[in-house]
Amino acid sequence: MKRAMFKAPMRKPTPARTLLASAALAAALLATAAGAPPPLVPPATLYKPLGTDWSIYAGDYTNQRFSHLTQVNRDTVKQLSLAWVAHVNSATRDAITGGEGKGDFPVSGASIKGAVLETSGMLFATSPDHVWALDARDGRELWHFFWKTRGGTHITSRGSAIWNDSLLFLTADNFMVSLDARTGRENWHVEIADFNQQYFTTSAPIVIGDQVLVGTGNDSDAPGFLQSYDPRTGKRNWIFYTVPMNKGDAGLDTWPNVDAARHGGGHTWIPGAYDPDTDLYIFGTGNPSPAYTGVARPGDNLFTCSLLAVTVSTGKLAWYYQTSPHDTHDWDSAQPPIIFDAMINGKPRKLVATAARNGYFFTLDRVTGEHLVTSQYGATVNWTRGLRKGGQPDRDPMKDAQIAGALVSPTEDGVVNYQAPAFNPDLGYFYVNESDSFNIVYLTDPDPRGSMGLGGKRRAVLGNASTALQAIDARTGKTAWRHEWPQAPSLGGGLLNTATGVLFTGDGNGNFVALDAANGAPLWHTRIGNLSNAPETYQLDGRQYVLAGVGDTLYAFVLN
Amino acid sequence: MARTMTGGFVLRKCVAVLLMLAAGPASAQVGQNFPAHLRPEGDPAVVERGKALYGALCRGCHGADLRGGDLGGPNLLRSELVLNDQAGELIGPVIHDGRTPAGGGTAMPPQPQLEETDRRAIAEYIHSIARTTQAQGGPPRGPAMALDLLVGDAKAGEKYFNKECASCHSAAGDLARIGGRIPDVGQLQDAWVGGRRTGPPGGTVPAGAPAADAARRVVRVTVKFADGSQQSGALARIDDFTVAFTGDDGAYHSYARDAATPRITAVQVDDPLAAHRALWTRLTDKDMHDVTAYLAGLK
Repeated sequence: MKRAMFKAPMRKPTPARTLLASAALAAALLATAAGAPPPLVPPATLYKPLGTDWSIYAGDYTNQRFSHLTQVNRDTVKQLSLAWVAHVNSATRDAITGGEGKGDFPVSGASIKGAVLETSGMLFATSPDHVWALDARDGRELWHFFWKTRGGTHITSRGSAIWNDSLLFLTADNFMVSLDARTGRENWHVEIADFNQQYFTTSAPIVIGDQVLVGTGNDSDAPGFLQSYDPRTGKRNWIFYTVPMNKGDAGLDTWPNVDAARHGGGHTWIPGAYDPDTDLYIFGTGNPSPAYTGVARPGDNLFTCSLLAVTVSTGKLAWYYQTSPHDTHDWDSAQPPIIFDAMINGKPRKLVATAARNGYFFTLDRVTGEHLVTSQYGATVNWTRGLRKGGQPDRDPMKDAQIAGALVSPTEDGVVNYQAPAFNPDLGYFYVNESDSFNIVYLTDPDPRGSMGLGGKRRAVLGNASTALQAIDARTGKTAWRHEWPQAPSLGGGLLNTATGVLFTGDGNGNFVALDAANGAPLWHTRIGNLSNAPETYQLDGRQYVLAGVGDTLYAFVLN
Repeated sequence: MARTMTGGFVLRKCVAVLLMLAAGPASAQVGQNFPAHLRPEGDPAVVERGKALYGALCRGCHGADLRGGDLGGPNLLRSELVLNDQAGELIGPVIHDGRTPAGGGTAMPPQPQLEETDRRAIAEYIHSIARTTQAQGGPPRGPAMALDLLVGDAKAGEKYFNKECASCHSAAGDLARIGGRIPDVGQLQDAWVGGRRTGPPGGTVPAGAPAADAARRVVRVTVKFADGSQQSGALARIDDFTVAFTGDDGAYHSYARDAATPRITAVQVDDPLAAHRALWTRLTDKDMHDVTAYLAGLK
């Protein structure tokens, strides 16, 4: 495959972006003139491909997790060694404290499952109710912010965002909090979702120009939405519901009635990708609700389990493609989509691809949403009767939860879940970890009204038939190579790859590993435990760092 | 939209779930930690009064369990209005004035005859039920339903068993009286498909079964070296880089798979559950139900 065939999306200087860049530059000059340091992350810098800094959830807007840093390559990776280890401290006594809780909710232990941002020699890590700033050179804590929560589901925090000097993060009890990134002092907080309706928030905010996009989550039959806020003030710009809320709304004909649609889920708990050329934010939505008992919601249930493209300036839907019509297994299609350009049938195409939790891989035209490729990447997927004309998996109703039990692959956790995929534009490979898991799903509530939330079923998890990492040719959906992790009971974490052809991930057996991106051959490993987030890389003082989180501990590696 | 709760092992997650079940319903991560669950219990007399009024006036449309009824009333336990009500200030006016659903459907008749205390009592009763909704949005636990899981054809199951399972298992040996030992049909099915221990949980296992069962579950590994020697034992762990096992000599051995000395030429893993994992990929639900019916009959 020729290198020129796959490129990161071109970043043409549109008038809006030029204006942004000049405004940022002007602001920086003014700040310097006044003696203040330049902003940590002017929004214009986020348009750059992933390089020295890691200043947004996936490093850059493409979600490729493809670093242009070159010190670590297929030869030198063998010399990677420990630079520092940092245990984040969840003791709250000396933390800067905010929040509207009474302080009676147990303090969550720390687990770093999301993005750690790096800019100007500072790292920003999060865990539910906690934010830490660390020195990127040695992991020393600079400040710790603790949020007194009102309660809610404290599964994870997927990271933060930086807009100029403001650090923005989302709390489990549905606040967006703005901190002074240099000091950890709170600027303001705003409620972004109704706690009474049992929303809980895990996602990382995404800054696009002078907007910050936030998604949220819910298990209790409430509607999903994506919102845009002003990162300066916390004032809301727009809200986009992922399910029809009123008569006449698009997609309502895929629900029995408005009440079912308004309680239909479709949550937005992982950040999407952004295409500056079209101003489209492309993201995946979660499962329809009630999750396992689809009897009360006949139809495809738009726009749940879909890839959606929303125009950022307006908050309006540009196109959609449903990757799991009428899901009945809690297989959110929220996995981060990856945008890239490639030649297909001799024509240059602007594309987006996603490996969905349901075991299917999709490539679409990202400007129009036109479907191009569907392939099954989960080796043991058994819940479909094939594909529909439009490429969507055709669900087999006999694999819904049954009173006597249905043997289903994958389990509720999916072939992949939140673990971030990666893409190599030189090779055209989409990398994803694959869990070929099985469970028996029993219907325990055959009520014709359906159950609520994730209720109404019992699941007996049997285990994995296999666990593997694979490279999918994103133009065809075919597996280019597949590397099985021997006896690994589950997935090893997210992925990172570099322009030098090195692919980093966890092996599910406690090793942090580097492989050859071209063929999956292991190049380096260290046993630090199972990764809890996706590896990252940044460059500081001329040294390339490789960073990985294992629970409450961050490990940084360099070439020594 | 359940996500994996840990980045770690499925196994560890199962253990965690078991521990959660053992410890009670609430956990700090995924629990009943929302305002509907955290509100204090209402005055029992008021709740009782509300329950009686609900039964007389609301039940027909909203259902005996508040999850919606035959006459088209919506599920109250997931209602935005109910979940935002504190003490009848939102629910009360709807009871008093009635309501026309925004998206169409049957209109709710007004109940102007009710006193405010009665409207509040109904609200209190609704909250008392919403308070018991389960984690991840599940409805309150209802009475146990008698569901028939025994839908398979035992004769066909026996045939399948003899063809697919009998090389490792026997109805007279390790699976003797299995249907009596695991009387719950679902648990029995989970056990045999998963290849789990088939003894009763926490109880004694019939003579003959346990030792064979335990031995059958050991993953064996044989490591061959360049000098022609080899070692075997019970696998402790294996990945791309290390193989470790308790050898037949009783000692723990650990080898780097890419070492120059001793150089490993082959690693052979013999996992008795591999046959089950392979079975999952071809087992149909009909065959599964049939074999379950056959095993359930071994009493």
